[in-house]
Amino acid sequence: MPLSDYDPASLPDLLPLYYRRLFPFSQYYRWLNYGGVQKNYFQNREFSFTLKDDIYVRYQSFSSQIELEKEMQKMNPYKIDIGAIYSHRPNQHNTVKSGSFQALEKELVFDIDMTDYDDVRSCCSAADICSKCWTLMTIAIRILDRALREDFGFKHLLWVYSGRRGVHCWVCDEAARKLTVAARSAVAEYLSLIKGGEETMKKVVLMDPIHPFIRASLAVVNKYFLRYALQDQDILGQKESVEKVLALTPEDILFNNSHPLIFRTVSLSKLKHSFKIMLQYCYPRLDVNVSKGVNHLLKSPFSVHPKTGRISVPIDIGNLDAFDPFAVPTISLDRPMEAEDEENAEETKENDKDAADRRKIRGDEV
Amino acid sequence: MQFSERRKRVGSRPQAELYGQPLQFYGQPPLENISLTEFETFAVDRLKLLKTVENVGVSYLKGSPQYVKKLVAESKNLNFPYRLESGLSEPDKRRKDHISHFILRLAYCQTEDLRRWFIQQEVDLFRYRFNDLSPKQKLEFLHRNNLQYDTIGIEEKKALKDKLLNSSPGVSGITVEDQDFYKVPFQDALDLVRTRKVYLKAGYVYIPHQEIVTIVLNDFRTRLSKALALTARSLPAVHSDERLQPLLNHLSHAYVGQDYSIQKNVGKISLEQIDSLSGKSYPLCMRHLHQALRENHHLRHGGRMQYGLFLKGIGLSLEQALQFWRSEFIRGKVDADKFDKAYAYSIRHMFGKEGKRTDYTPYNCMKVILSNPPSQGDYHGCPFRHSDPELLKQKLQFYKVSPSGINQILELVKGMHYQLACQKYFELTHNIEDTTFSLNHPNQYFLESQKVFGGGRDLKREMDATQKAKENSVVKASNVKQDSWSNVI
Repeated sequence: MPLSDYDPASLPDLLPLYYRRLFPFSQYYRWLNYGGVQKNYFQNREFSFTLKDDIYVRYQSFSSQIELEKEMQKMNPYKIDIGAIYSHRPNQHNTVKSGSFQALEKELVFDIDMTDYDDVRSCCSAADICSKCWTLMTIAIRILDRALREDFGFKHLLWVYSGRRGVHCWVCDEAARKLTVAARSAVAEYLSLIKGGEETMKKVVLMDPIHPFIRASLAVVNKYFLRYALQDQDILGQKESVEKVLALTPEDILFNNSHPLIFRTVSLSKLKHSFKIMLQYCYPRLDVNVSKGVNHLLKSPFSVHPKTGRISVPIDIGNLDAFDPFAVPTISLDRPMEAEDEENAEETKENDKDAADRRKIRGDEV
Repeated sequence: MQFSERRKRVGSRPQAELYGQPLQFYGQPPLENISLTEFETFAVDRLKLLKTVENVGVSYLKGSPQYVKKLVAESKNLNFPYRLESGLSEPDKRRKDHISHFILRLAYCQTEDLRRWFIQQEVDLFRYRFNDLSPKQKLEFLHRNNLQYDTIGIEEKKALKDKLLNSSPGVSGITVEDQDFYKVPFQDALDLVRTRKVYLKAGYVYIPHQEIVTIVLNDFRTRLSKALALTARSLPAVHSDERLQPLLNHLSHAYVGQDYSIQKNVGKISLEQIDSLSGKSYPLCMRHLHQALRENHHLRHGGRMQYGLFLKGIGLSLEQALQFWRSEFIRGKVDADKFDKAYAYSIRHMFGKEGKRTDYTPYNCMKVILSNPPSQGDYHGCPFRHSDPELLKQKLQFYKVSPSGINQILELVKGMHYQLACQKYFELTHNIEDTTFSLNHPNQYFLESQKVFGGGRDLKREMDATQKAKENSVVKASNVKQDSWSNVI
């Protein structure tokens, strides 16, 4: 559904329908309840709602799936965020002795935002995305998914499209939920490669020898790089971006090549320099602060994005290259809807959710 | 309240076995009765040991031969375990070590600063002792303390060889051949994970035996930190015992170093002397501040605090301080009225005459170095830490330090030994070979400098007297009732 069909002003009419007919409450609850193994796990979870007119309410909590449904259908939130599991019910936090109310556990989360790549994409900027730069997300998901599973040993990952310009990852393993702030920050830094801010051009620092993690990440970037950077982004096509590339290239390479197509050179040291450039353009850029905090609130899967109308849907890793952010269900599907369309939309969501759930809720958690 | 269920607590061991090991994690408190005398002696001795650990850590590179030699000597002197590798430390030394550690926990759990100091020295002491163990003893230690670190088999090591070589700097082909590699859960090796200096697979990092120390140390630090938090909660029960409370108070104040707030020299300095004193006996940071004050007739808040408290420490009275600052500020853009309104309050505040009436103590080196870094327009902080090396060099040249001396100082700065650099500056400006003290406080610099110039013989006697007085009050020769530990912990 093209974006132009969606009108944010229609949200107050569409949301009630969405929450009554389409929001997958039972799967949602099944996920967040984690098999009921730990007492009060769902009841002590914080949710936050953004309501009409930008009213923001924190410390929402619910004692059951039914209560969750009733409240959401009553409040019709524009946005839903999921927070941590606390020591007490968040909606009673004011009655707790100060200092005792603590965030205890939460999924390990990652947020990749296309805006962080603005210095290396020429097709769009800020909140816009297109099929050319979406490849960056595909690369990011592949690299991080591999690392989280193979290096860290996590098994239950949920990748979600944020609804506008990025993706989120929810790592739901028990070990992940119990990680300390220090551990989360260490994981995020292990996965980070791009350092520096506005003032530095060279943002990638590579050690010698190349760590296995980087080697594996490079293999992923390599698969997509030629098509992405040279074709889609055409980084050698415009003067400005050529200059950026040249600024990253050490001088001895420049002098040895009359044409700055250094990516085609073969010798080892030159290869390493081209590695740096490939990584600079394509390596995932994480916001470490999102991952660090146990109490950090992150947009909930199946939440609507108020600006685009798109639903935050899970991404099927098994079929990643086929994922199209523009074909994601939007809330305006609710309007004069054929019964068939409605069923299909619901089914897609249920399938995605189930697949994701099955990956998460396994024997060792029940 | 983050917690990990991975490790089970070690159960209580039979008493005999408790002192069979050369090194321990202090997991279990001692469960016997001891006399008050022993209580006090043990505590004071350990405090002396920890103080040595601190000094030696500042004066020498940790782990260097001189460092180890000094610690061995001090441990022997105070009847603590030493020469752990040969297993020579008798059970009574180990018992003393065990008990004294727990006593000090009581004294040092109360505030953040005390805890930090205590943990730092205990960790350094532990590191030196752990490194002293033989490889076999190290392994034994790991197993006895439920550190779930398994070694990987030869086949697996061979298969992973390339990955291991490529991930850890400092691991060579020989390391992989000769040393055991341990599989450690990544949560226990966060520093290595964070910097990506290790091979990580399926949630485990693979580290060579030589690096196990870092892991063990972090574990020790975490355990101790948690234990101190717990101890703090049971303090009220301890403080209700009248025999213990005064002793514990003394302990926590006695050897953490003087805070130079006891002003025995109030009024001994006159304002006219300050300029010449600043050239002769001020540490570089204060000299820098004083010069900036004279040139700009102003200092910002950070500078006023650092310098103002220092002046209080060297003996300026409140009246003198007010006069000093006022006369300088008036030369600048501030008129007398504004000074009285805006700045006089904060000076009185420093002396504890306003607000919550805390008598603020002059900053020690750690505080100057670590907190409140200066920004544009500030002159406070530690020049060895916060100045650009080029500027520092120019400044030292301006103060007529010899070129070779400057180089020595810059070397120390490069190695981040800021206090040693300042000590070197002291040696060069006072023309002495070796300082007998370990520098950790600007006022200490001043007093030591005054000693050298002979005008401080009174000061020296006063310093020694203060020390002795503290020592005596702590070691009471009483032998009253015996105490039971189970009430205390």
